[in-house]
Amino acid sequence: MTSTGAAPEAQATGAGGAALVIERVTKAFGSFVAVDDLTLTIQPGSFFALLGPSGCGKTTTLRMIAGLEQPTSGTLSIGGKDVTGTRAHQRPVNTVFQSYALFPHLTVGENVAFGLRRTRANDIAKRVADGLDLVELRHLADRRPGQLSGGQQQRVALARALVNRPALLLLDEPLGALDLKLRRQMQLELKRIQTEVGLTFVHVTHDQEEAMTMADTVAVMNRGRIEQMGSPAQLYELPRTTFVANFLGQSNLVAGTVVERDEKPGLLGVDVGGTRILVPQQRAVRTDGAVLVGARPEKMRLLVGDQAPGEAENVLGPGVVTDVSFMGVSTQYQVEIAGLGTFGVFAQNLLGGATVTVGSPVRLAWAVDFTFGLDGAEAADEGTFDLDDEL
Amino acid sequence: MTAVLDRVASPTPQGTAAPRRPRRRIGDMLVPTFAALAFAYLLVPVAYTVAFSFNDAGKTNLVWRGFTLDNWRNPCAAPQVCEAFANSLQVGFVSTIVATVLGTLIAIALVRFRFRGRSATNLLIFLPMSTPEVVLGAALLAQFLALRVPLGFGTVVAAHVMFCISFVVVTVKARVSSLDPALEEAAADLYASPLQAFWRVTFPLLLPGIAAAALLAFSLSFDDFIVTNFTSGAYTTFPKFVYVSATRGIPPQANVISSFMFVLALAIVVLVQVLGYARSKRLRAR
Amino acid sequence: MSITAALGDTVAGDPSAAPPPRRTAQRAHLVLLGPGIIYLLLFFVVPVGALLATSLYVPVPGGDVGQYQPAFHWQNYVDAISQFWPTIVRSFWFALLATGAALVIGYPMAYVIAVRARGHKLLQGLLLVLVVAPFFTSFILRTIAWKQILADDSFTVSALHWLHLLPADARLTATPFAVVCGLTYNFLPFMVLPIFAALGRLDSRLLEAGSDLYASPTTTFRTVTWPLSMPGVVAGTLLVFIPAAGDYVNASLLGNNTNTTMVGQVIDSRFFKVLDYPTAACLSVVLMAAIMLLVGAYIRRAGTEELV
Repeated sequence: MTSTGAAPEAQATGAGGAALVIERVTKAFGSFVAVDDLTLTIQPGSFFALLGPSGCGKTTTLRMIAGLEQPTSGTLSIGGKDVTGTRAHQRPVNTVFQSYALFPHLTVGENVAFGLRRTRANDIAKRVADGLDLVELRHLADRRPGQLSGGQQQRVALARALVNRPALLLLDEPLGALDLKLRRQMQLELKRIQTEVGLTFVHVTHDQEEAMTMADTVAVMNRGRIEQMGSPAQLYELPRTTFVANFLGQSNLVAGTVVERDEKPGLLGVDVGGTRILVPQQRAVRTDGAVLVGARPEKMRLLVGDQAPGEAENVLGPGVVTDVSFMGVSTQYQVEIAGLGTFGVFAQNLLGGATVTVGSPVRLAWAVDFTFGLDGAEAADEGTFDLDDEL
Repeated sequence: MTAVLDRVASPTPQGTAAPRRPRRRIGDMLVPTFAALAFAYLLVPVAYTVAFSFNDAGKTNLVWRGFTLDNWRNPCAAPQVCEAFANSLQVGFVSTIVATVLGTLIAIALVRFRFRGRSATNLLIFLPMSTPEVVLGAALLAQFLALRVPLGFGTVVAAHVMFCISFVVVTVKARVSSLDPALEEAAADLYASPLQAFWRVTFPLLLPGIAAAALLAFSLSFDDFIVTNFTSGAYTTFPKFVYVSATRGIPPQANVISSFMFVLALAIVVLVQVLGYARSKRLRAR
Repeated sequence: MSITAALGDTVAGDPSAAPPPRRTAQRAHLVLLGPGIIYLLLFFVVPVGALLATSLYVPVPGGDVGQYQPAFHWQNYVDAISQFWPTIVRSFWFALLATGAALVIGYPMAYVIAVRARGHKLLQGLLLVLVVAPFFTSFILRTIAWKQILADDSFTVSALHWLHLLPADARLTATPFAVVCGLTYNFLPFMVLPIFAALGRLDSRLLEAGSDLYASPTTTFRTVTWPLSMPGVVAGTLLVFIPAAGDYVNASLLGNNTNTTMVGQVIDSRFFKVLDYPTAACLSVVLMAAIMLLVGAYIRRAGTEELV
């Protein structure tokens, strides 16, 4: 094949980006199934995040989109064109690699021009300059990557991918190597650039906060499958699996049994350790049998003494405060309820610091509307942070 | 150095460390002194060889008879010296090119691909390096005799390529394995075909390793005597010429040529070192 | 230096911290490997086969000197070994002495370059250049230089006589001592470079931690530096021992043809002077086999005890 023939028509798909359709894709390495029957559509122009712990298959998925890995079965199409079986250099896709993979023997400018040279684009000098302007690094065009800081290298990698105006821009944990402050800054920067250029971004990360701040749509992956997909707010407010509930922020989950389908109109009556809890039917994955009742810690509040709950609130307890940590904007409490376990409660420090001390007897109250119900067959600790995992 | 400074700076418990100090200082001097003597041992014959290239030698270059530049003015005055030198250069260049190409390809394959027979390949690379030259020479000669191959330039080059390949492989392999595979993926991602990715990214990054391997191969080939002796027949290389003429006296021109090569190689290496040092210093300064 | 990295790598197995190759090879590796491997098969494996075959040849009955025919005459080995075993043993003994001497001389050199000169990049580079500098002049000329430096009428010998450090009738050339010195000298850089590479990789914080924990420099050396430099020592000793055992340039230039003859000289003269190819081939095979056995055993021992 000749080089020109092999080069994809990157510009044709141009601004706005293209849709990516993944259909029933499976990737197995020997007996290990990294990606299991994945079907996914990413809308043109969206900022899409694939979120999951390491080994969940998100990077393999990204590599298959880039053409660096071929699926064992299934098809991929970009902008309506089937690209399954084509190789990386034939796809209108560019990647920002985790290690940046800047060419150390080329200057920043030459790095950025690399893709344009291969596709024999017009106006290479101008496009390189524009690309470097976009990441505010034009003054460093003659430096070598080795002379740049981590953050600068990251931006060069971004410019190098963006100047090609790919149908899809893939970001493989691009901020992983940066320190926290720089990462925050780069998150905003990336979001700004994506809005500005309007390309389809596919972002792979294990950092749930990063995924939520940047993406319009987040797909949470676990064990080669997508657990749940939606906007960050949807995923957060209404997780559909315990994995999502725990991996995305924190959740208080407690086992119960549905005892009445319509305790009140549209509300399930669930028995949790002898207490009746109400769960909106639409917020429950199942409406009978064993369920896990969940609520986010910041939705819960502490009832002290005989303080009465609000009208549409669930109440659990009494329990005992076992830990109080002051976090600045909020205070975190751990409340132990005999027979049910430990619950976390985040209270905004509206009136100064902690109002309750360790050892105090309390009850927990939260709005029925914020309660969700999950399948009781799932392990309640699925997706919780494990020290051995990410490090 | 920092270790020493730290030790001096850090407060030591009284009494325990104090008596050890003087002994340490002697030890500090002892090892470098010994090393300096060892360096002298290493370099005395080199200095001797260079010095005797200026000897106003008569028939033999055995004793010092006075300083002259004549030998340097007429390096080809002695019969056969320059012919042997030219032969060695030819053999060196051809063997280096062939061995470097073949060895580099093997090195890339060994690092980048996992395939059946990988450990057998590694063994095949390792064996020629761990076989004494006299055995390599004897084996090749046995084969050439059996096949009635006439000995000469061709057989010498064939032999030199063989023992250089392994050294090229190990040298380049070290470089390939220090190369981030993501760089080649990035090239592919940026629309470079496999061939373009190799020439634009992989090859330039391997170049220092390949150059080092080529220099090593050339110096191995240029200075080889034993294998050459077995495979050359009547063909004469520079080391062979020196060895053969050792019995009847080596002309000072041989020292001239050897000294010339020494100065040339030294200049190249020192230049590379100094340039590299200056560059790293400049980078740090930015 | 390339050689060092190279050899440390080979001997210590395959510790090149290369990420596991991701790509599954289809045919590409065959294209890359093919030419080189075929070359090594043709010019290494087949010749070694030819050597084995030649070692069993018998003279053509009634033929001229140097004419042999294929046979399986195992008696060749018995004859060669029984005639030349003292030479074989002497070769290994000299090689062993030279290896030991090179280690004693080379280790401090490597240590000074790698540890003492650490942080002085330019000095380190220049010292390394000095180590490889001898390679830039012909090794035969350097050996001849030794011959002349140590010759009976040389300045060195007369000075030693004058100082009464050398008995009046003693000489330096044409002795086993001179041969071992020459071997040590010629292969010394092969000892220094891998040890330097191993020590260079050594984290200086380990040495500081060592001096912190053990305080005495000798203890730090014995418990930290030496074990960590072991891969370099193993590589270096092999790189000196193997060529030294097969060398005959030093023995023939610095030796005396009576009690310094090494097996390489015999192989050379059987091939070229006596045209006794089978005996030369037998001795080559024996030399190669003996070295393989020794090296194998050595690597295994060093590997299990020190390299873990």
